[in-house]
Amino acid sequence: MAIHRVKFTFKQELITLPIIYDLGKQFNVITNVRRADVTEDRGWVVLELEGDMEEIERGLDWVAAKGVRVDPVQGDVLEG
Amino acid sequence: MSFANALRCRECKREYPLDPIYVCDFCFGPLEVAYDYDAMREAVSRDSIERGPLSVWRYADLLPCDADLAVDIQAGYTPLLKADRLGTELGLRNLYIKNDCTNPTWSFKDRVVTVAATKAREFGFKTLACASTGNLANSVAAHAARAGLDSFVFIPSDLEQGKIVASSIYDVTLVSINGNYDEVNRLCSELAGKYPWAFVNVNMRPYYAEGSKTLAYEVAEQLGWRAPDHCVVPMASGSLYVKIWKGFQELAKLHLIDGVQTKMSGVQAQGCSPIVTAWEAGTNAIRPVRPSTIAKSLAIGNPADGYYALGVMAETCGACLAVSDAEVIQGMKLLARTEGIFAETAGGVTIAGLKRMAESGHIRPDEVTVVFITGAGLKTVEAVIDELEPPLTVEPTMASFEEALGERAIGERNDVAAQEARSA
Repeated sequence: MAIHRVKFTFKQELITLPIIYDLGKQFNVITNVRRADVTEDRGWVVLELEGDMEEIERGLDWVAAKGVRVDPVQGDVLEG
Repeated sequence: MSFANALRCRECKREYPLDPIYVCDFCFGPLEVAYDYDAMREAVSRDSIERGPLSVWRYADLLPCDADLAVDIQAGYTPLLKADRLGTELGLRNLYIKNDCTNPTWSFKDRVVTVAATKAREFGFKTLACASTGNLANSVAAHAARAGLDSFVFIPSDLEQGKIVASSIYDVTLVSINGNYDEVNRLCSELAGKYPWAFVNVNMRPYYAEGSKTLAYEVAEQLGWRAPDHCVVPMASGSLYVKIWKGFQELAKLHLIDGVQTKMSGVQAQGCSPIVTAWEAGTNAIRPVRPSTIAKSLAIGNPADGYYALGVMAETCGACLAVSDAEVIQGMKLLARTEGIFAETAGGVTIAGLKRMAESGHIRPDEVTVVFITGAGLKTVEAVIDELEPPLTVEPTMASFEEALGERAIGERNDVAAQEARSA
Protein backbone atom coordinates (compact mmCIF):
# COMPACT_ATOMS: atom_id res chain seq x y z
CA MET A 1 0.00 0.00 0.00
CA ALA A 2 1.20 3.49 -0.83
CA ILE A 3 0.34 6.85 0.68
CA HIS A 4 0.22 9.92 -1.51
CA ARG A 5 -0.42 13.53 -0.47
CA VAL A 6 -1.98 15.88 -2.99
CA LYS A 7 -3.75 19.18 -3.35
CA PHE A 8 -6.85 19.50 -5.53
CA THR A 9 -7.83 22.93 -6.82
CA PHE A 10 -11.43 23.23 -8.10
CA LYS A 11 -12.82 25.71 -10.59
CA GLN A 12 -16.23 27.22 -9.90
CA GLU A 13 -18.11 24.79 -12.15
CA LEU A 14 -16.60 21.81 -10.32
CA ILE A 15 -17.32 22.99 -6.76
CA THR A 16 -20.65 21.22 -6.45
CA LEU A 17 -19.53 17.88 -7.89
CA PRO A 18 -18.79 15.02 -5.44
CA ILE A 19 -15.41 14.33 -7.00
CA ILE A 20 -13.61 13.14 -3.85
CA TYR A 21 -16.53 10.81 -3.03
CA ASP A 22 -16.46 9.42 -6.58
CA LEU A 23 -12.68 8.99 -6.41
CA GLY A 24 -13.12 6.73 -3.40
CA LYS A 25 -16.07 4.84 -4.95
CA GLN A 26 -14.70 4.31 -8.44
CA PHE A 27 -11.14 3.47 -7.43
CA ASN A 28 -9.83 1.38 -4.59
CA VAL A 29 -8.41 4.45 -2.83
CA ILE A 30 -8.99 5.71 0.70
CA THR A 31 -9.39 9.51 0.74
CA ASN A 32 -8.52 11.44 3.88
CA VAL A 33 -9.05 15.23 3.80
CA ARG A 34 -6.65 17.16 6.05
CA ARG A 35 -7.20 20.79 5.14
CA ALA A 36 -9.55 22.63 2.81
CA ASP A 37 -10.96 25.99 1.83
CA VAL A 38 -14.07 25.89 -0.32
CA THR A 39 -16.43 28.75 -1.14
CA GLU A 40 -19.22 29.10 -3.68
CA ASP A 41 -16.86 30.07 -6.50
CA ARG A 42 -13.63 28.14 -5.90
CA GLY A 43 -11.91 25.74 -3.57
CA TRP A 44 -8.89 23.68 -2.69
CA VAL A 45 -8.56 20.50 -0.68
CA VAL A 46 -5.38 18.95 0.70
CA LEU A 47 -5.78 15.24 1.21
CA GLU A 48 -4.01 11.93 1.69
CA LEU A 49 -4.71 9.01 -0.61
CA GLU A 50 -3.99 5.44 0.41
CA GLY A 51 -4.00 2.41 -1.86
CA ASP A 52 -1.94 0.67 -4.52
CA MET A 53 0.21 3.27 -6.28
CA GLU A 54 -1.13 2.22 -9.66
CA GLU A 55 -4.69 2.62 -8.45
CA ILE A 56 -3.88 6.04 -6.93
CA GLU A 57 -2.33 7.14 -10.21
CA ARG A 58 -5.36 5.93 -12.18
CA GLY A 59 -7.58 7.81 -9.77
CA LEU A 60 -5.55 11.00 -10.06
CA ASP A 61 -5.64 10.80 -13.85
CA TRP A 62 -9.43 10.54 -13.60
CA VAL A 63 -9.59 13.55 -11.25
CA ALA A 64 -7.35 15.60 -13.55
CA ALA A 65 -9.48 14.62 -16.56
CA LYS A 66 -12.49 16.07 -14.73
CA GLY A 67 -10.71 19.46 -14.83
CA VAL A 68 -9.40 19.51 -11.27
CA ARG A 69 -5.82 20.74 -10.90
CA VAL A 70 -3.71 18.18 -9.04
CA ASP A 71 -0.49 19.35 -7.37
CA PRO A 72 2.03 18.04 -4.88
CA VAL A 73 0.86 18.95 -1.41
CA GLN A 74 3.35 21.73 -0.79
CA GLY A 75 2.35 23.79 -3.83
CA ASP A 76 5.17 24.91 -6.03
CA VAL A 77 8.64 24.86 -4.69
CA LEU A 78 9.96 28.30 -3.98
CA GLU A 79 11.31 30.67 -6.61
CA GLY A 80 13.84 28.79 -8.66
CA MET B 1 25.39 29.96 17.39
CA SER B 2 21.95 29.23 16.06
CA PHE B 3 18.88 29.90 18.19
CA ALA B 4 16.57 27.81 16.02
CA ASN B 5 14.68 25.46 18.32
CA ALA B 6 11.95 23.79 16.22
CA LEU B 7 10.12 23.57 12.95
CA ARG B 8 6.57 24.93 13.32
CA CYS B 9 3.57 24.41 11.05
CA ARG B 10 2.47 27.73 9.58
CA GLU B 11 -1.14 26.55 9.72
CA CYS B 12 -1.82 24.47 12.84
CA LYS B 13 1.34 25.60 14.76
CA ARG B 14 2.37 22.04 15.70
CA GLU B 15 6.10 21.78 16.36
CA TYR B 16 8.62 19.27 15.02
CA PRO B 17 12.34 18.67 15.58
CA LEU B 18 14.84 20.40 13.30
CA ASP B 19 14.95 17.60 10.71
CA PRO B 20 14.99 17.60 6.89
CA ILE B 21 11.18 17.73 6.67
CA TYR B 22 8.92 20.38 5.21
CA VAL B 23 5.26 19.41 5.63
CA CYS B 24 3.21 19.05 8.81
CA ASP B 25 2.20 15.42 9.26
CA PHE B 26 -1.11 16.44 10.77
CA CYS B 27 -2.54 19.09 8.43
CA PHE B 28 0.02 19.01 5.60
CA GLY B 29 0.72 22.72 6.13
CA PRO B 30 4.20 24.11 5.39
CA LEU B 31 6.82 24.10 8.14
CA GLU B 32 8.87 27.13 9.15
CA VAL B 33 11.87 27.52 11.45
CA ALA B 34 11.04 28.78 14.96
CA TYR B 35 13.63 30.51 17.17
CA ASP B 36 14.21 31.30 20.81
CA TYR B 37 14.10 35.07 20.40
CA ASP B 38 14.65 35.78 24.11
CA ALA B 39 17.98 33.98 24.05
CA MET B 40 18.83 35.50 20.69
CA ARG B 41 18.17 39.00 22.06
CA GLU B 42 20.72 38.40 24.83
CA ALA B 43 23.40 37.35 22.34
CA VAL B 44 22.91 39.68 19.38
CA SER B 45 23.64 43.38 19.14
CA ARG B 46 24.38 45.86 16.38
CA ASP B 47 28.04 45.68 17.43
CA SER B 48 28.21 41.91 17.29
CA ILE B 49 26.75 41.96 13.78
CA GLU B 50 29.00 44.77 12.58
CA ARG B 51 32.05 42.80 13.71
CA GLY B 52 31.00 39.86 11.51
CA PRO B 53 32.15 38.95 8.00
CA LEU B 54 30.94 40.95 5.00
CA SER B 55 28.49 38.24 3.92
CA VAL B 56 25.16 36.79 5.03
CA TRP B 57 27.09 35.01 7.78
CA ARG B 58 27.39 38.25 9.76
CA TYR B 59 23.76 37.40 10.69
CA ALA B 60 24.56 33.78 11.58
CA ASP B 61 22.88 34.09 14.99
CA LEU B 62 19.58 34.84 13.21
CA LEU B 63 19.84 31.84 10.87
CA PRO B 64 18.99 28.17 11.45
CA CYS B 65 22.45 26.64 11.10
CA ASP B 66 25.95 26.60 12.48
CA ALA B 67 28.20 29.25 10.90
CA ASP B 68 31.30 27.16 11.65
CA LEU B 69 30.11 24.63 9.06
CA ALA B 70 29.05 27.26 6.53
CA VAL B 71 29.24 26.40 2.85
CA ASP B 72 30.34 29.90 2.02
CA ILE B 73 31.15 31.52 -1.32
CA GLN B 74 30.58 35.00 0.12
CA ALA B 75 26.89 35.44 -0.56
CA GLY B 76 25.30 38.67 0.52
CA TYR B 77 26.33 42.05 1.89
CA THR B 78 25.56 43.42 -1.54
CA PRO B 79 25.43 47.17 -2.28
CA LEU B 80 22.51 49.39 -1.31
CA LEU B 81 22.78 52.27 -3.75
CA LYS B 82 21.04 55.63 -3.51
CA ALA B 83 19.40 55.85 -6.93
CA ASP B 84 19.21 59.58 -7.59
CA ARG B 85 19.03 59.47 -11.37
CA LEU B 86 16.30 56.82 -11.48
CA GLY B 87 14.60 58.57 -8.58
CA THR B 88 14.58 61.87 -10.47
CA GLU B 89 12.96 60.22 -13.50
CA LEU B 90 10.29 58.66 -11.31
CA GLY B 91 9.79 61.60 -8.94
CA LEU B 92 11.14 59.70 -5.92
CA ARG B 93 13.58 61.60 -3.71
CA ASN B 94 14.70 58.75 -1.44
CA LEU B 95 15.01 55.76 -3.73
CA TYR B 96 17.51 52.99 -3.04
CA ILE B 97 18.43 49.90 -5.05
CA LYS B 98 19.41 46.70 -3.27
CA ASN B 99 21.64 45.25 -5.95
CA ASP B 100 21.82 41.47 -5.57
CA CYS B 101 23.35 41.10 -9.04
CA THR B 102 26.71 41.22 -7.27
CA ASN B 103 26.31 37.89 -5.48
CA PRO B 104 28.80 35.12 -6.41
CA THR B 105 26.45 33.51 -8.94
CA TRP B 106 24.81 36.84 -9.77
CA SER B 107 21.47 36.42 -8.05
CA PHE B 108 19.88 36.51 -4.59
CA LYS B 109 19.67 32.72 -4.68
CA ASP B 110 23.14 32.54 -3.15
CA ARG B 111 21.60 33.77 0.11
CA VAL B 112 19.16 30.90 0.38
CA VAL B 113 21.47 28.24 -1.00
CA THR B 114 24.34 29.02 1.35
CA VAL B 115 21.93 28.37 4.24
CA ALA B 116 20.39 25.26 2.65
CA ALA B 117 23.77 23.80 1.67
CA THR B 118 25.13 24.38 5.15
CA LYS B 119 22.14 22.69 6.70
CA ALA B 120 22.37 19.82 4.18
CA ARG B 121 25.98 19.22 5.15
CA GLU B 122 24.99 19.38 8.83
CA PHE B 123 22.38 16.66 8.17
CA GLY B 124 25.00 14.52 6.42
CA PHE B 125 23.58 14.63 2.88
CA LYS B 126 26.03 13.81 0.10
CA THR B 127 24.01 15.26 -2.77
CA LEU B 128 22.53 18.72 -3.26
CA ALA B 129 19.65 19.08 -5.73
CA CYS B 130 16.95 21.49 -6.84
CA ALA B 131 14.18 22.29 -9.28
CA SER B 132 15.05 25.57 -10.89
CA THR B 133 14.20 28.25 -13.41
CA GLY B 134 17.92 28.91 -13.69
CA ASN B 135 19.22 31.17 -10.94
CA LEU B 136 18.83 28.54 -8.27
CA ALA B 137 20.51 25.96 -10.50
CA ASN B 138 23.58 28.19 -10.80
CA SER B 139 23.80 28.69 -7.08
CA VAL B 140 23.20 25.06 -6.10
CA ALA B 141 25.86 23.90 -8.55
CA ALA B 142 28.38 26.43 -7.22
CA HIS B 143 27.73 25.72 -3.53
CA ALA B 144 27.83 21.96 -4.10
CA ALA B 145 31.22 22.38 -5.78
CA ARG B 146 32.46 24.45 -2.85
CA ALA B 147 31.24 21.84 -0.35
CA GLY B 148 32.48 18.86 -2.36
CA LEU B 149 28.94 17.49 -2.70
CA ASP B 150 27.42 15.83 -5.76
CA SER B 151 24.73 17.92 -7.40
CA PHE B 152 21.68 17.43 -9.60
CA VAL B 153 19.65 20.30 -10.95
CA PHE B 154 16.39 19.99 -12.85
CA ILE B 155 15.37 22.75 -15.24
CA PRO B 156 12.71 23.38 -17.89
CA SER B 157 14.14 22.83 -21.38
CA ASP B 158 13.33 26.37 -22.61
CA LEU B 159 15.77 28.08 -20.26
CA GLU B 160 18.08 30.92 -21.32
CA GLN B 161 21.51 29.77 -22.55
CA GLY B 162 23.36 31.92 -20.02
CA LYS B 163 21.72 30.16 -17.11
CA ILE B 164 22.51 26.71 -18.53
CA VAL B 165 26.19 27.52 -19.03
CA ALA B 166 26.43 29.12 -15.59
CA SER B 167 25.35 25.81 -14.06
CA SER B 168 27.20 23.36 -16.31
CA ILE B 169 30.57 24.90 -15.58
CA TYR B 170 30.44 23.61 -11.99
CA ASP B 171 30.34 19.97 -13.15
CA VAL B 172 26.76 19.50 -12.05
CA THR B 173 24.42 16.83 -13.46
CA LEU B 174 21.99 19.07 -15.31
CA VAL B 175 18.64 17.53 -16.21
CA SER B 176 16.64 19.44 -18.83
CA ILE B 177 12.96 18.50 -18.74
CA ASN B 178 10.48 18.87 -21.56
CA GLY B 179 7.93 20.75 -19.50
CA ASN B 180 7.34 24.01 -17.67
CA TYR B 181 8.62 24.83 -14.22
CA ASP B 182 5.50 23.53 -12.48
CA GLU B 183 6.08 20.16 -14.14
CA VAL B 184 9.76 20.19 -13.18
CA ASN B 185 8.71 20.93 -9.63
CA ARG B 186 6.20 18.12 -9.61
CA LEU B 187 8.84 15.62 -10.73
CA CYS B 188 11.28 16.88 -8.09
CA SER B 189 8.68 16.42 -5.36
CA GLU B 190 8.46 12.76 -6.39
CA LEU B 191 12.25 12.39 -6.61
CA ALA B 192 12.69 13.94 -3.16
CA GLY B 193 10.58 11.10 -1.76
CA LYS B 194 12.72 8.45 -3.42
CA TYR B 195 16.34 9.63 -3.43
CA PRO B 196 18.33 10.51 -0.30
CA TRP B 197 19.22 13.95 -1.62
CA ALA B 198 18.96 17.41 -0.12
CA PHE B 199 16.57 19.15 -2.51
CA VAL B 200 17.18 22.71 -1.36
CA ASN B 201 13.69 23.90 -2.25
CA VAL B 202 11.79 20.74 -1.33
CA ASN B 203 12.95 18.88 1.80
CA MET B 204 15.41 21.64 2.84
CA ARG B 205 12.85 24.29 2.18
CA PRO B 206 12.19 25.58 5.73
CA TYR B 207 15.92 26.32 6.14
CA TYR B 208 16.48 27.51 2.59
CA ALA B 209 13.74 30.13 2.81
CA GLU B 210 15.33 31.68 5.90
CA GLY B 211 18.28 32.90 3.81
CA SER B 212 16.04 35.51 2.18
CA LYS B 213 15.66 37.31 5.51
CA THR B 214 19.25 38.52 5.15
CA LEU B 215 18.08 40.98 2.49
CA ALA B 216 16.03 42.76 5.13
CA TYR B 217 18.84 42.63 7.69
CA GLU B 218 21.30 44.16 5.25
CA VAL B 219 18.94 46.87 4.06
CA ALA B 220 18.18 47.91 7.64
CA GLU B 221 21.86 47.93 8.60
CA GLN B 222 22.88 49.81 5.45
CA LEU B 223 20.20 52.44 6.09
CA GLY B 224 21.73 53.05 9.53
CA TRP B 225 19.65 50.51 11.45
CA ARG B 226 16.17 51.43 10.33
CA ALA B 227 13.51 49.81 8.18
CA PRO B 228 12.59 51.61 4.94
CA ASP B 229 9.18 53.22 4.47
CA HIS B 230 8.42 51.17 1.37
CA CYS B 231 9.80 48.04 -0.30
CA VAL B 232 9.12 46.95 -3.87
CA VAL B 233 9.84 43.26 -4.36
CA PRO B 234 9.47 40.89 -7.33
CA MET B 235 7.10 38.02 -6.58
CA ALA B 236 7.25 34.47 -7.90
CA SER B 237 6.24 32.06 -5.13
CA GLY B 238 5.92 35.06 -2.77
CA SER B 239 8.52 33.61 -0.40
CA LEU B 240 11.15 36.32 -0.88
CA TYR B 241 8.52 39.00 -0.29
CA VAL B 242 7.27 37.35 2.92
CA LYS B 243 10.76 36.66 4.26
CA ILE B 244 11.91 40.26 3.75
CA TRP B 245 8.98 41.31 5.89
CA LYS B 246 9.83 38.65 8.47
CA GLY B 247 13.43 39.92 8.54
CA PHE B 248 12.36 43.45 9.48
CA GLN B 249 9.98 42.08 12.10
CA GLU B 250 12.75 40.04 13.68
CA LEU B 251 15.12 43.00 13.87
CA ALA B 252 12.43 44.95 15.71
CA LYS B 253 11.78 41.99 18.01
CA LEU B 254 15.50 41.93 18.84
CA HIS B 255 15.46 45.71 19.49
CA LEU B 256 18.01 46.23 16.71
CA ILE B 257 15.68 48.69 14.97
CA ASP B 258 12.67 50.67 16.15
CA GLY B 259 9.20 49.61 15.05
CA VAL B 260 8.52 48.64 11.46
CA GLN B 261 6.06 50.70 9.42
CA THR B 262 7.28 49.44 6.06
CA LYS B 263 4.74 49.11 3.27
CA MET B 264 5.43 45.92 1.34
CA SER B 265 4.55 46.12 -2.35
CA GLY B 266 5.07 43.39 -4.94
CA VAL B 267 5.26 43.06 -8.70
CA GLN B 268 4.62 40.15 -11.05
CA ALA B 269 4.77 39.70 -14.81
CA GLN B 270 1.36 39.70 -16.51
CA GLY B 271 2.08 36.31 -18.03
CA CYS B 272 2.27 34.80 -14.56
CA SER B 273 0.47 36.87 -11.96
CA PRO B 274 -1.69 34.64 -9.75
CA ILE B 275 -0.93 36.67 -6.61
CA VAL B 276 -1.90 39.96 -8.29
CA THR B 277 -5.08 38.39 -9.68
CA ALA B 278 -6.12 37.26 -6.20
CA TRP B 279 -5.25 40.67 -4.69
CA GLU B 280 -7.31 42.51 -7.30
CA ALA B 281 -10.23 40.12 -6.79
CA GLY B 282 -10.10 40.74 -3.04
CA THR B 283 -9.65 37.06 -2.24
CA ASN B 284 -6.84 35.17 -0.56
CA ALA B 285 -7.42 32.11 -2.75
CA ILE B 286 -4.74 31.74 -5.40
CA ARG B 287 -5.84 30.27 -8.74
CA PRO B 288 -2.85 28.51 -10.34
CA VAL B 289 -1.96 29.65 -13.87
CA ARG B 290 0.15 28.34 -16.73
CA PRO B 291 3.08 30.79 -17.01
CA SER B 292 3.90 32.63 -20.22
CA THR B 293 6.38 35.47 -19.75
CA ILE B 294 9.94 36.44 -20.61
CA ALA B 295 10.54 36.82 -16.86
CA LYS B 296 11.25 33.12 -16.46
CA SER B 297 12.74 33.39 -12.98
CA LEU B 298 9.32 34.64 -11.81
CA ALA B 299 7.31 32.09 -13.81
CA ILE B 300 5.75 30.16 -10.95
CA GLY B 301 2.15 29.33 -11.72
CA ASN B 302 1.19 27.90 -8.34
CA PRO B 303 2.88 30.14 -5.77
CA ALA B 304 3.46 28.29 -2.52
CA ASP B 305 3.63 31.47 -0.43
CA GLY B 306 1.01 33.46 -2.34
CA TYR B 307 -1.51 33.17 0.48
CA TYR B 308 1.02 34.47 3.02
CA ALA B 309 2.16 37.26 0.68
CA LEU B 310 -1.43 38.50 0.40
CA GLY B 311 -1.61 38.60 4.19
CA VAL B 312 1.56 40.72 4.49
CA MET B 313 0.33 43.03 1.72
CA ALA B 314 -2.94 43.71 3.52
CA GLU B 315 -1.26 44.10 6.91
CA THR B 316 1.30 46.64 5.67
CA CYS B 317 -0.96 48.71 3.36
CA GLY B 318 1.14 47.55 0.42
CA ALA B 319 -0.10 46.76 -3.05
CA CYS B 320 0.83 44.73 -6.09
CA LEU B 321 0.48 44.93 -9.83
CA ALA B 322 1.43 43.04 -12.97
CA VAL B 323 3.46 44.44 -15.86
CA SER B 324 3.62 43.40 -19.52
CA ASP B 325 6.70 41.88 -21.16
CA ALA B 326 7.15 45.13 -23.11
CA GLU B 327 7.25 47.04 -19.82
CA VAL B 328 9.77 44.51 -18.48
CA ILE B 329 12.17 45.34 -21.33
CA GLN B 330 11.63 49.06 -20.79
CA GLY B 331 12.26 48.56 -17.08
CA MET B 332 15.57 46.80 -17.74
CA LYS B 333 16.64 49.58 -20.09
CA LEU B 334 15.55 52.32 -17.69
CA LEU B 335 17.56 50.82 -14.82
CA ALA B 336 20.63 50.36 -17.01
CA ARG B 337 20.39 53.85 -18.52
CA THR B 338 19.93 55.69 -15.25
CA GLU B 339 21.93 53.69 -12.71
CA GLY B 340 24.38 51.53 -14.65
CA ILE B 341 22.86 48.26 -13.47
CA PHE B 342 22.10 45.51 -15.97
CA ALA B 343 19.42 43.42 -14.30
CA GLU B 344 17.79 40.25 -15.56
CA THR B 345 14.15 40.24 -16.61
CA ALA B 346 12.94 39.96 -13.00
CA GLY B 347 14.66 43.31 -12.38
CA GLY B 348 12.78 44.73 -15.35
CA VAL B 349 9.54 43.54 -13.76
CA THR B 350 10.40 45.26 -10.50
CA ILE B 351 11.48 48.55 -12.06
CA ALA B 352 8.40 48.63 -14.32
CA GLY B 353 6.22 48.05 -11.26
CA LEU B 354 8.08 50.72 -9.28
CA LYS B 355 7.51 53.18 -12.13
CA ARG B 356 3.79 52.55 -12.18
CA MET B 357 3.50 52.76 -8.40
CA ALA B 358 5.37 56.08 -8.43
CA GLU B 359 3.14 57.44 -11.22
CA SER B 360 -0.04 56.41 -9.43
CA GLY B 361 1.08 58.00 -6.17
CA HIS B 362 1.07 54.68 -4.30
CA ILE B 363 4.71 55.45 -3.46
CA ARG B 364 5.01 58.97 -2.07
CA PRO B 365 7.96 61.09 -3.29
CA ASP B 366 9.62 61.39 0.13
CA GLU B 367 9.26 57.80 1.25
CA VAL B 368 12.51 55.92 1.81
CA THR B 369 11.87 53.29 -0.84
CA VAL B 370 13.99 50.21 -1.52
CA VAL B 371 13.60 48.32 -4.77
CA PHE B 372 15.08 44.80 -4.87
CA ILE B 373 17.06 43.78 -7.96
CA THR B 374 17.51 40.05 -7.60
CA GLY B 375 19.58 38.88 -10.58
CA ALA B 376 22.05 40.04 -13.24
CA GLY B 377 21.20 40.74 -16.87
CA LEU B 378 23.86 38.63 -18.54
CA LYS B 379 21.75 35.61 -17.63
CA THR B 380 18.85 36.74 -19.81
CA VAL B 381 20.54 38.42 -22.74
CA GLU B 382 18.05 36.81 -25.16
CA ALA B 383 15.25 38.92 -23.71
CA VAL B 384 16.75 42.24 -24.76
CA ILE B 385 19.18 41.50 -27.55
CA ASP B 386 16.76 42.53 -30.30
CA GLU B 387 15.63 45.64 -28.44
CA LEU B 388 18.97 47.39 -28.30
CA GLU B 389 20.71 49.81 -30.63
CA PRO B 390 23.15 47.85 -32.84
CA PRO B 391 26.81 48.94 -32.71
CA LEU B 392 28.13 51.56 -35.12
CA THR B 393 30.13 49.59 -37.69
CA VAL B 394 32.80 51.76 -39.31
CA GLU B 395 36.04 51.60 -41.25
CA PRO B 396 39.15 52.44 -39.21
CA THR B 397 39.13 56.07 -40.39
CA MET B 398 38.01 59.35 -38.85
CA ALA B 399 35.79 60.09 -41.85
CA SER B 400 33.95 56.78 -41.63
CA PHE B 401 33.40 57.21 -37.89
CA GLU B 402 32.07 60.75 -38.21
CA GLU B 403 29.85 59.78 -41.11
CA ALA B 404 28.31 56.94 -39.10
CA LEU B 405 27.95 59.21 -36.06
CA GLY B 406 26.20 61.80 -38.16
CA GLU B 407 23.80 59.22 -39.60
CA ARG B 408 22.91 58.01 -36.15
CA ALA B 409 22.37 61.59 -34.91
CA ILE B 410 20.05 62.22 -37.87
CA GLY B 411 18.26 58.97 -37.14
CA GLU B 412 17.79 59.91 -33.51
CA ARG B 413 16.48 63.38 -34.43
CA ASN B 414 14.01 61.76 -36.83
CA ASP B 415 12.89 59.36 -34.09
CA VAL B 416 12.28 62.27 -31.70
CA ALA B 417 10.38 64.22 -34.38
CA ALA B 418 8.23 61.19 -35.19
CA GLN B 419 7.50 60.67 -31.51
CA GLU B 420 6.53 64.35 -31.08
CA ALA B 421 4.28 64.17 -34.15
CA ARG B 422 2.54 61.10 -32.68
CA SER B 423 2.10 62.84 -29.33
CA ALA B 424 0.62 65.92 -31.02
